[in-house]
Amino acid sequence: MSAAASYAQGDGGARRAARRRRSAAELTRIAILTLSFAAILIAFLSPLVYSALLSLKTPTQITQTNSPILPSDPATFEYLGKSYPVYYVPLPDGTTQALAIVKKGRTQSDFIDPAHPTAAPITWIGSWRNLDQPWQLAPAWDNYGKVWSLIDFPKALFNTVALALIGTIGTVLSCTLVAYGFARFRFRGRGFLFGVLLATIFLPGAVTLIPTYTIFVKIGWVGSWLPLLVPAFFANAYDVFLLRQYLLTIPRDLDEAAMIDGAGPIRVLRSVILPQAWPVIVAVSIFTFVYAWNDFFGPLIYLTGHPDIQPLQVVLANFHGIYYKNPAFIQVGNILTLGIPVVLFMVFQKVFIRGIVITGVEK
Amino acid sequence: MDQLPAVAIPRLRLRRGRGGPAIRSGSLARREARYGLLFISPWIIGFLAFTLFPMVATLIFTFLNVTLAQEQPLRFVGLDNYTRMFADQHVWDSLVVTLKFAVLWLPISIVVPFLIAVGLNNKHIRGAGIMRTLFFLPYVVPFVAGVLVWEQMLGDTGWINGFLKLVGVANPPSWLFDTGAIYPALAMMGIWGIGAGIIINLAGLRGIPTELYEAARIDGAGAWASLRNVTIPLMSPIIFYTLILGVVDVLQYFLVPLVLKNGTGEPAGATLFYNLNLYRTFFTYQEMSYGATLAWFLFVLTLGFTFVLFVLARRRVFYAGER
Repeated sequence: MSAAASYAQGDGGARRAARRRRSAAELTRIAILTLSFAAILIAFLSPLVYSALLSLKTPTQITQTNSPILPSDPATFEYLGKSYPVYYVPLPDGTTQALAIVKKGRTQSDFIDPAHPTAAPITWIGSWRNLDQPWQLAPAWDNYGKVWSLIDFPKALFNTVALALIGTIGTVLSCTLVAYGFARFRFRGRGFLFGVLLATIFLPGAVTLIPTYTIFVKIGWVGSWLPLLVPAFFANAYDVFLLRQYLLTIPRDLDEAAMIDGAGPIRVLRSVILPQAWPVIVAVSIFTFVYAWNDFFGPLIYLTGHPDIQPLQVVLANFHGIYYKNPAFIQVGNILTLGIPVVLFMVFQKVFIRGIVITGVEK
Repeated sequence: MDQLPAVAIPRLRLRRGRGGPAIRSGSLARREARYGLLFISPWIIGFLAFTLFPMVATLIFTFLNVTLAQEQPLRFVGLDNYTRMFADQHVWDSLVVTLKFAVLWLPISIVVPFLIAVGLNNKHIRGAGIMRTLFFLPYVVPFVAGVLVWEQMLGDTGWINGFLKLVGVANPPSWLFDTGAIYPALAMMGIWGIGAGIIINLAGLRGIPTELYEAARIDGAGAWASLRNVTIPLMSPIIFYTLILGVVDVLQYFLVPLVLKNGTGEPAGATLFYNLNLYRTFFTYQEMSYGATLAWFLFVLTLGFTFVLFVLARRRVFYAGER
């Protein structure tokens, strides 16, 4: 209820006028806020559009001056098996027409009209070099074919999916068990251990990295997936914390009823806890999967020099190291790498967003 | 949550009802404890193997001369690694680089998602749901792909400078090759990943009771005053949480320059972040002991900064229900 409306009590006409005034002001507010956020959003997402357009350009299209945003070549006209460049020619009658040049000369040139190629050529006095050219759309789709033959994309994709999937299974399994232990059982030192668990969130990775890496080198695990996958099966602080917080909100009545019926802790977990904790388990799975999909540093240090088992991002970084002078190729690699997660996100966006709200924690 | 284990009571009653001997709750508690420890054992093993042991080993490494090849015999070197570190100009330069970037990035990383969330939460906006989804979208773009998209975006023919020329900037900066422009460029890349921050802020904003805004309006507060006196105090736990995680993250920042500049620290050492120097020490030069010393110092710095923040926040962060 706005102030304007309450002043107008008792007078129908004035009240209606006030409401109209208010709604006009409100419409302006809606328009300003919505449009400015739409503008911010367009700027925010423009790099994706830029990348997609750049991936379809040839090297000449990228470097030519004043070229349009879309991948385009100067227009040409095909006639009798030959290709003639098209120019905007100002004609004596004051109009400008797009004509194809058939005979180039220093002071005068001959043009034909693409609409009537059989008509006599039009002679135009002046230097054709000063004329502007129209553009025609010419996306270089074959960039994708070329990059596809340079990167073993299916293999890299398989590696990415396999690593992310196995890692997610290990994380969700181990973290659910640990969270169940912390949420439902009393034992001495539980509070202390949980505090230790939380403290590890703030531990910089570098503090444990060097001996871990050294040992993985010594036992011959570097160059395999083991350093990336084995630790996933031993739980992590983030996910245990999220799962435990959620399990604490589930009432114990059903647990107890099941226990009276003689169910052991595993049965209770499987048939009482898991069905109720499903939303948070889905959320943790999705985030672990995205996190594993986007992990770069682990695969980089453990899989360098083993291209056969590297995931997409490491392959892409190496590809960039070789082909950085061809921006279109790099963007093709980018589009291929980001395409799948972006599409998956758009399809499952509701589950995603709900997941972040449930967990309330960013990775 | 910390009541007596409710499981014990019905069981006792049941057994008694059947006329069997009463089971002492002590043995039940022991059974419960055994199950609890069993369930958390994956984490305990993982913690010992992948956290505690390596942490201690890192500390021991700092007093030894471990290298990956170990050409010299392993020996105790006392504080040599520490004296080398404190005399190492690279370390101090890289620390300055990290702090410079942190001073620019931390405020942005907190204010931008907060303001966008406040806007999306405003009742005058239309299409907030789809906008929220689209703001989150770049967060799922794999990190390397995101960096390489921005490398072109910020290049000579990229859209950032194209836009700047359009609005009349004659000589837009060479973002990725100019020591003065590289940090804003890195911040732009960082802004691309604020989607999760927006959603956390939104969740917090939704939790603020509307009566508080009503009360503020009755007291004559405008939009700015209610933002200052209602929204910000009630959001302070979330803002503090993002700040703490932000500090921990920014002190470890180095992956973007690693991909962008191939770890060279270009332009002119401006992207030789602390963690990049650390990474090169142990991965490129394979000096494990010296790397461990740098890592330990980073850990102490992180602890120090977060501790200071907690002390400073004690008065300023408002927790609902607190007296």
